[in-house]
Amino acid sequence: MQIDLHQPILDKNDKLAAELRARFDEHHVYVVDLLASPGSGKTSTILATIDALRDEFNIAVIEGDIASSVDAEKIKAQGIPAVQINTGGACHLESAMLKRAVDVLDLERLDLIIIENVGNLVCPTDFYLGENAKVMILSVPEGHDKPLKYPGVFQASQAVILNKYDTLPVFDFDEEAFRSAVYQLNPQAPIFPVAATKGEGVQAWAEWLAARIRAV
Amino acid sequence: MHELGIMTGVVEAVKGAAANACATKVYAITLSVGEMTEAIPDALEFAFDVLKESEPLLAECELTIHMVRPKSRCLECGAEYEHDRFHMLCPECESPATTLLAGRDLRIESMEAEVPEGEE
Repeated sequence: MQIDLHQPILDKNDKLAAELRARFDEHHVYVVDLLASPGSGKTSTILATIDALRDEFNIAVIEGDIASSVDAEKIKAQGIPAVQINTGGACHLESAMLKRAVDVLDLERLDLIIIENVGNLVCPTDFYLGENAKVMILSVPEGHDKPLKYPGVFQASQAVILNKYDTLPVFDFDEEAFRSAVYQLNPQAPIFPVAATKGEGVQAWAEWLAARIRAV
Repeated sequence: MHELGIMTGVVEAVKGAAANACATKVYAITLSVGEMTEAIPDALEFAFDVLKESEPLLAECELTIHMVRPKSRCLECGAEYEHDRFHMLCPECESPATTLLAGRDLRIESMEAEVPEGEE
């Protein structure tokens, strides 16, 4: 006999993510899921974002990595709560992993949670974690052709941070081609050129984020 | 390689539905997968073959994957159009204000199961 199901494959993940989202909303916490390749400057961008926003908002960071806690240590050194999730080989975070990290955070005290997803431009895009927005980072040395090679992550993101913008003069990075490819894929997404380690360009990105944190 | 995680979700859902229907075997599973997801059919099939080995219920089960073409509606002129995963703008008025109707699907549509007489 045929049994009709018509149910989402990631039903279990999505339902748990929706429960997490309800908890975030109840406590007026804005959650950003940050997606990028390894080495694109996710942790530096988070540190620069913390610097720009810490006077106005209470921030916590959830670090997703296959192994180690080096990133969480860097965040904690700034006096910001950080929880490390080790996926033990998994290429993306799922909501069950995130829940364990969220459970140890005091949501009542927080305004913003930044999730640093596993460094990967492919797999994390398919998994809803209960976040308000996915945001991606591409760094200049990775090349302007990445929107053509990894369209999914550019479409899933509400904003695109173009990091290591200060290295533009030494790389063959066609900024106009990059902007045009992103516009075709995701016309509503703003692009923020940033040099995270120098703090350059961080203000515009931080203002975009601050407006959203204030709105929840 | 998140396809293994995705197919684990499929196998769990199918086992649950089979138990509800008192099914003893599942012969076929049909999925819809949007072209704008990052799930690759070959990798989904490979993951399914691996998972099948430890599930007697699925020993003879065939997997069918329907790919779903992306489709959007223009919020300015109302046009509905199919597109590839690289071009989202409205082909009629070139508006960037569009909403995606299909293309990010990851859905179990149906399964074909053997249910012993008296259980149907």
